[in-house]
Amino acid sequence: MKTNDNSRRAFLAAGVLGGLAVAGCKSNPFTQDVSQDVKPSGKLVKLLSVDGEIIEVDEAFLKPVPDLPPVSNDIARVGIDGKKFVMVIDLSRCKSVKKCQSACDHMHHIHPGQNWIKVYPMQDAEHTAPYWQPTTCMHCDEPPCVKVCPVDATFKRKDGIVLIDSDRCVGCRFCMAACPYSTRVFNWEDPGLDKTIADQPYSCESSVPQKKGTVGKCDFCPDMVRQGELPHCVSACPNGVFFFGDMLEDAVTNGAETFRFSELIRDKAGYRLMEDLGTKPSVYYLPPVNRNFPYESIEQEGEDKSHH
Amino acid sequence: MEKVARQHIIEDLLPQKFGKQGRLWVASLIILCLIGLFAYIRQLSKGLVVTSMRDYVSWGIYISNFVFFVAISLVGSLITAVLRLSDVNWSTPLTRIAEIIAVSAITFAGLIIVVDMGRPDRFYNLFIHGRLQSPIVWDVIVITTYLIISCLLLYFPLLPDLKIMMEFKEKSNTFLLKIYRFMGNYWKNKPEQFRISEKAINILSITIIPVAFSIHTVTSWLFATTYRPGWDSTNFGAYFISGAFLVGAGGVVVAMYVFRTHYKLEKYIKDEHFDKMGKVLVMLALLYLYFNVNEFLVPAFKMKKPEKEHLIDLFTGEFAPIFWFAILTSMILPIIILLFKKGRKPKAAFVAGILVVIGSWFKRYIIVTPTLLHPFLPMRDVPANYRHYYPSWEEWAIAIGSLAGALLVITIFARIFPIIPIHETITETEEHENTHSL
Repeated sequence: MKTNDNSRRAFLAAGVLGGLAVAGCKSNPFTQDVSQDVKPSGKLVKLLSVDGEIIEVDEAFLKPVPDLPPVSNDIARVGIDGKKFVMVIDLSRCKSVKKCQSACDHMHHIHPGQNWIKVYPMQDAEHTAPYWQPTTCMHCDEPPCVKVCPVDATFKRKDGIVLIDSDRCVGCRFCMAACPYSTRVFNWEDPGLDKTIADQPYSCESSVPQKKGTVGKCDFCPDMVRQGELPHCVSACPNGVFFFGDMLEDAVTNGAETFRFSELIRDKAGYRLMEDLGTKPSVYYLPPVNRNFPYESIEQEGEDKSHH
Repeated sequence: MEKVARQHIIEDLLPQKFGKQGRLWVASLIILCLIGLFAYIRQLSKGLVVTSMRDYVSWGIYISNFVFFVAISLVGSLITAVLRLSDVNWSTPLTRIAEIIAVSAITFAGLIIVVDMGRPDRFYNLFIHGRLQSPIVWDVIVITTYLIISCLLLYFPLLPDLKIMMEFKEKSNTFLLKIYRFMGNYWKNKPEQFRISEKAINILSITIIPVAFSIHTVTSWLFATTYRPGWDSTNFGAYFISGAFLVGAGGVVVAMYVFRTHYKLEKYIKDEHFDKMGKVLVMLALLYLYFNVNEFLVPAFKMKKPEKEHLIDLFTGEFAPIFWFAILTSMILPIIILLFKKGRKPKAAFVAGILVVIGSWFKRYIIVTPTLLHPFLPMRDVPANYRHYYPSWEEWAIAIGSLAGALLVITIFARIFPIIPIHETITETEEHENTHSL
C-alpha cells in the first residue's frame, strides 16, 4: 500500500509533524553517505531541519529513506507508548468533496463500493440546518466492538487506537452488530487485490491486505503515524476538515494548521457522537457554524460524487 | 397375563422399517440436505457474498435459523426435566420425542453458526484465543454443555430399551444389533444399574434446567448486549425463553401427531396427551404474548426517535406483513384453536402446532433483520443492494437444508430406536395394573 515517494515522506517526517514521529528514521537523510562517492549536482533544495531551521542541501546528497518495515502484529497490538491519538472533524469546513474517502479507499485497497469513511448528509430535526458529517471509526475508549469480539481479533491499544487482526478474525460479525456508528465493513468476497498486495503479510497497522471473510474498518493509519505522517484522509482533504493529533501533547493538525486540542474543543464547542451511549469516542466534532460552504448548493455535487 | 401385555407393548413400540411413505420422506429430506450442501460448497468457495447479507444487514436468516434451532431445542428440558420434576406422569411417552428434537436441533444450531462464519476454517481460534468476556464464547460453552446433557438424557433411559431390542433379534438386522450392542452391551438390567441410572437422570434433569435457560438467555444477549433499537431491551432473556418453550412444545405436538399416525401408536400417544399438551401450548402462547406486549407496546408508547422508525416499519411498514403473520400464527390462532376442547383433539392440535412452528420461524426473522436495517446513522455510501435484504437462494437452500437435516436426524433416530420408551411404558403399565388389582 505504500507509495514509493520515499523522499517526500522523509522530509515531512522531519517537519512540523516531528512530534508525531515516534519510531524515527534511523538513517539521517541530511548527511552525505560517505560510502558512496556522490558528486554535488549544484542544485540546492530547501528543507526544514529537525530544529525548525531552513537548510539547503544539494539534491545529489538526498537519498530515499527505505520503507520502514511494518511492526510485527504483536507490537501493533500494544500501540505507541505515551500517545493518545485523537481526531477533530470540523463540520463547518466540509462540503462533501469526499477526497478523504477516495484516498482512504485507495490506500487501504478497500473492496469497490465499500467505504471506511462515510460522509453523511445530516439534518437533526425538521427545522434545523443540514450539514455534511464525515465519519471514521470513532476509536472509542469503551469500544463495544472490542467487548463482544470472541477471539480478541479486534483490540484496543494503549494509544487509543482500535485495530483488527485480519489473520485472526473468524468473521462472526458480532462487532458490526455492536458498533452503533456502522463503521465496520465486511469482506463478503475476495477483496480482489493485485497479487503483489494480496501476498504481503497482513499488518494490523496498515490493515492491508484485506482478507475474504473478515471485518475491516478505519484504523487511524498508525503505520503513517509511525513514519511521522498524517492519516490519509487528513492529508487528502482539500478543505482541512480533519485534524489529527495526540491528546497528551494537546496538539492536532490538519497539515496546514495546528491547534491546541483543548483550546480548539473549548473555543469551538467540540462534541462527540452519541455521547449518551457511553462509548467515549476519540473523534471529536466541531459544530457546523460559520460555514465555509453553503450546504444546499453543494448537495447535488455531493450526491453526484456518491454515485460515481 | 402380564407377560402377554409386555409382549404387546414391545411389539408395538419396536422401531419399524420405513414404508413407502417413509422412504419417500427420507429421500426428500436427503435431497434437501444435498441442495443445502451444494449451496454451502458454493459459499465456501466464493465467500459470504453468495448470501444477500451486506454491511448493514450483517446477520440474516442463518442467525434467525440459529435462534429458531436453539429455541426449539429448549423443549427437551421442558418435557424431560420440568414436567418430570413436577411429578407429571402423563408426559413419559413424550420424553424421548422431546429429547431427540432437542439433540437434533441444538446440533444444527451449532452447525448453522459455523455456516454463518466468514472464516469457518478459523473456528479453532475460539479455543486458542477465546475471550470469556464475549457473549459468543458464553454461547459456545452453554450450547456444548446443553448438547452433552441432552445426549445423556437421551441415552440413559435408552439403555433398558437397548437390552429389549437385543432380545428381539428377529425384529432388527445385524447392523442395528451392532449399534445396540456397542451402545448398551454392558447393561444387564441389574437393580444396581437401575439405581445409578435413575440417580443420574435425576441429577441431569435438575442441571439441564439452568443450562437450558442459559442457552437461550445467552442467545438473546447476542442481540440485547448491543445498542440497536429493537434489540436493546432488558426484556429479551425472558422474551426469548418463553418463545422457545412455545415453539418447542409446538414442535413436540407436531411430532407426536406424525409418529402416532405413522407408527399407529394411538394406544400410547393418546388423545389425552394432545389435550394436555394443547393446554400447555395455550399457557405458553399466552406467556409469550405477554412478553411480546411488553417488548413492543412500551417502546411504542414512548416512540423514541431511533425506536420509532423500527417500530413503524414493523407495525405498518415493510415488515408489517411478516410481523403480523408471525404474531397471528405463532400465538393468536393457536390460542383460539386450543382454547376449545375440540381444538385439542389430535388433528386440530397438530394444525395448531404447525402454526406455532412456522410462525415462530418468521418471528425469529423479524427479531433479527428489521433492526439491522435501522442503524443509528442513516445508511450511506454503500451500493444500492446493501440497503435491503432479500435472502439469496443459497441462504434459503442452506436454511431449508439445515431444517431438513434436523428432521432427518429425528427420522433416522426413530428408525433405529423406539421413539416411545419401551421399558418405562412397561413399568408404568405394570404399576398401573398393580394399583388397580389392589
